[in-house]
Amino acid sequence: MFLINCPYCGERDQQEFKAGGEAHIERPKQPTELSDDQWAEYLFMRKNIKGVQFERWVHAHGCRKWFNMVRDTSNDEIKAIYKMGEKPPSQ
Amino acid sequence: MTKNLRVKSSQYIDETNRISFKFNGKTYHGFKGDTLASALLANDVHLVGRSFKYHRPRGIMTSGSEEPNAIVQINPGTNRTEPNVRATEVEIYEGLEASSQNCWPSVEFDIGGINNFLSPFFPAGFYYKTFMWPASFWEKYEFFIRHSAGLGKSPISSDPDIYDHQNVHCDVLVVGAGISGILAAKNAAKNNFKTLLVDEKNELGGSTIYENNELSKIDNKIPSEWLKKEIEELKVIKNLEIKSRTSVAAYHQYNYLLARENLTDHLETKDKINKIRQRLLKIRAKKVILATGALERPLIFNNNDRPGIMLSSAVKKYSEFYGVACGSKNVFFTNNDSAYESALSLYNKGINVEAIIDIREQSESKIVKKVNKVGIKIYWSHSIVDTAGYKRLNSVSIMKLSNDGTSVIGNKISISCDCLGVAGGWTPAVHLYTQSGSKLNFDEEKKAFIPNKNTSEQISVGSCSGDFKINEIIKNLNQKLKDTLNIKQTDLDNIKVEVDQENSKRNIWLLPSDKPVGKTKPFVDYQNDATAKDIKLALREGFRSIEHVKRYTTTGMGTDQGKLGNMHALGIIADTAGVKMGELGTTTFRPPYTPLTFGTIVGRNVKKFFDIFRRTPMNDWHVENKAEFENVGQWKRAWYYPINGEKMHQAVQRESKAARESAGILDASTLGKIDIQGSDASEFLNRVYTNAWSKLAVGKCRYGLMLNEDGMVYDDGVTTRLDENHYIMTTTTGGAANVLGKLEDYLQTEWPELDVYLTSVTDHYATASLCGPNSKKILKKIIPGLDLSDKNFPHMSFKEANIENIQCRIMRISFTGEHSYEINVQASYGKDLWEKCMEAGKEFNITPYGTETMHLLRAEKGFIIVGQDTDGTMTPIDLQMDWIVSKKKYDFIGKRSLYRSDTMREDRKQLVGLLTDDPNTVLEEGAQIVSELDQSPVEMLGHVTSSYFSPNLNKSIALAVIRSGKDMMGKKLFVPMENKNINVTVSNPVFYDEKNERLNA
Ligand SMILES: [Zn+2]
Repeated sequence: MFLINCPYCGERDQQEFKAGGEAHIERPKQPTELSDDQWAEYLFMRKNIKGVQFERWVHAHGCRKWFNMVRDTSNDEIKAIYKMGEKPPSQ
Repeated sequence: MTKNLRVKSSQYIDETNRISFKFNGKTYHGFKGDTLASALLANDVHLVGRSFKYHRPRGIMTSGSEEPNAIVQINPGTNRTEPNVRATEVEIYEGLEASSQNCWPSVEFDIGGINNFLSPFFPAGFYYKTFMWPASFWEKYEFFIRHSAGLGKSPISSDPDIYDHQNVHCDVLVVGAGISGILAAKNAAKNNFKTLLVDEKNELGGSTIYENNELSKIDNKIPSEWLKKEIEELKVIKNLEIKSRTSVAAYHQYNYLLARENLTDHLETKDKINKIRQRLLKIRAKKVILATGALERPLIFNNNDRPGIMLSSAVKKYSEFYGVACGSKNVFFTNNDSAYESALSLYNKGINVEAIIDIREQSESKIVKKVNKVGIKIYWSHSIVDTAGYKRLNSVSIMKLSNDGTSVIGNKISISCDCLGVAGGWTPAVHLYTQSGSKLNFDEEKKAFIPNKNTSEQISVGSCSGDFKINEIIKNLNQKLKDTLNIKQTDLDNIKVEVDQENSKRNIWLLPSDKPVGKTKPFVDYQNDATAKDIKLALREGFRSIEHVKRYTTTGMGTDQGKLGNMHALGIIADTAGVKMGELGTTTFRPPYTPLTFGTIVGRNVKKFFDIFRRTPMNDWHVENKAEFENVGQWKRAWYYPINGEKMHQAVQRESKAARESAGILDASTLGKIDIQGSDASEFLNRVYTNAWSKLAVGKCRYGLMLNEDGMVYDDGVTTRLDENHYIMTTTTGGAANVLGKLEDYLQTEWPELDVYLTSVTDHYATASLCGPNSKKILKKIIPGLDLSDKNFPHMSFKEANIENIQCRIMRISFTGEHSYEINVQASYGKDLWEKCMEAGKEFNITPYGTETMHLLRAEKGFIIVGQDTDGTMTPIDLQMDWIVSKKKYDFIGKRSLYRSDTMREDRKQLVGLLTDDPNTVLEEGAQIVSELDQSPVEMLGHVTSSYFSPNLNKSIALAVIRSGKDMMGKKLFVPMENKNINVTVSNPVFYDEKNERLNA
């Protein structure tokens, strides 16, 4: 059970949060201009890294804010947490 | 007559408090302070169970939670019965009953014992190999296996006890209250760290508390005396909480630990009532200090499992702590000095020690000299090659070890004995440490895995870190405490320790016998009956990975997770395969460290607290009027309202007819409601719904369909424009939370530039849905001042009005196809509103209807229910709802996916109506639909999603999804059922009032 440092509320138990998959996948601004393959790339393809991964989390049972997390999926070490729209820390 | 082996009073046993208890139906006596194991041993009872596979007689081996053999059923046949309990952990109380497991008809005579004599036919992997073929015999095999191999019986009546959960936060958690744990906790608390010290036992002090060996001294006192004084001092330290009988079950990441605090298991039954039995502590600790100690290893030799063969350290604890002699003629078998401490302990209490068999060539330590001096015979360089005694050890046979330790030589000597203490060295208890994700390293000299790389704020101290001598323990503990707590001084700086220096160890994982290994039974895992022979067989058959060998031989797979023998299994694999132990790695220890009861895991979340449920403000009325309820998500919704003993079908038929013929009323409070405000609210709705919203006038309502980005229908509902920048959205009952979550996600992460604010108001409003041709008259009676003309208040529009002083929002919208109103009031007025509607509707025979009638009425109109007629694979086009998908909008969630090659396929499953040729036959929801009956395999075209008998049409109707269904209008198909084929015809999904004339009726 992680202890997650919500950028708005501080440290809270993992139970209050929901994971939202890989981060920094922007929704295409002009979807109609994409080919099926390009759209499928956005829609379905995820890296699912063993190691350092950038992901989205939401404080679902708290402030309801989304934020980003850098997590090592091999040992669940949370390396960084930063707000939506902020630049990811360099690795 | 049983013997009394209570030898000398112990301060931990209250001999004034005599306790009687039953074991396997026979009454015995013990004293307050005894465990079931110590009390049985005091009565000279060693045989307590049968082994899992061979049903060999087994006795008590240890004095703690690592016990593999003495697994008993507590209070059998009562509602407090518990299987798989270690007798070494049960504190006895007046009236306690316990029985052996895995034996039938009794532990003394067990039919399964025949497996022991058949054991050449039970090699490793026997179950895998034998019971596989032929497959059709599996049921018979399973019966045989289940009947003869059982680990206790689960209770059959409900658990009468109360369990609890508690969140605990502390600066420092110390696990284990042996000498290291006590000193660590004391120094942490003294330095203002909020400290929690837990120990699985009742008494603090670990093994040092009964360490009366005079060769070790702490501040010139014998260790037990010195530690007692330290424990006394703990009581007055602030910031320190001590929980005994508390066992840490799991150590998760981020220093999150689960511990079970045992509160009433040691009490008499009458004192257990109405108390919390066990409490699960959910501990978040800033720092964790593991002081979990070490477990003594057995030695692996032929027939090393007979009752009477125990760990040497257990023999010592029973003697020193419980004042019990485990035998009248004791022998020790060792590879290190610890057995000499046990021997001396017995000797000092006047208990007979026949001999010590030591595989080492010699030892010069003080304790060995002392044992020599008192005249106990020591056999150096000898090993036990066999033991005798079926239900109790009666002798051991020893031979001289060859120089390389791989064989035995010379004459066989037989030594008569009834108890053998075995000392094979020590294994640090690193189970919790590895659970936390931290990594071990194999120490070649200590022949043990010791903590190496910590992943969280933690330290391991004392013998669980590989320090076995008191001087090492205190020196290293002192430094670790200073580092981790960031302090300069500790109590430990000035402690003076004298210890006896231990001499050489000699480690042989599998001791040789005069017989070839194939003819011996050297048990490695006592609980699962895995022998060294099985491990060697697995290696011969090609297994290499430790995890595979473990599963194939079942070594370490019992309820004790092989706490005693895992190291030997690794050692034997390493020796046989010719690799280093460090390279093999170790098996994974998984939580819980010792088994937990289900009660502890669920705590208070039982019966009505098992899951959260939600009730509407009108709920009391529904209950008073005998509604039947159904669960919709977490909501308890009125399902139907039977009167005069009606069954569901009759009630639903009556309700449905009434709603169309006069007036019906539905509690719609559970619909999700999201308040949407902000200058970009219209734009936001444009992006999240498939249809256009910008031109919706204030005061108007519109139905919307929401897709996932993959183009599949996600939710639906009516949204009303309350003001220029203010909407109220309704969602399905079950989808409310997910829709809000999804909308927030888009707002915060994709469109942060939009000025929109979302608020869940589901619980803030109660909603009564009034429907039917007389609904207008009823509403008029309640709100006489409101102009209800179609001109002023047309279908799909909204009005604010007051019922007396109650403000309400009224939407003229319809999910039934009838003229209808949804009246929303503040939740606290919900029941009041409902009663007013019922009162006003009396003259029109207003009929309350539940969710079942609602479903039927909407099905007559062909309205979908998201989640019933859709399943996450239906696009709006599949649902024949093309009309709701805007062609003009540039983008909305899911739009691009509607043009993917797959979603544009013509042969997707599509929503259609289905009419049975016999109008009285009602299809089963979920039934498959086919076009051919004699095809094999038959091609499934789709399935029935909704099906009812319509009282208004007087025939059976159904909705279904069928491949290429749109083009099948009028086509004859079949619904094959178990004993008949039902003929059906594909139809328009709108069965009733296709022209929507009733909306304005
Ligand atoms: Zn938060």
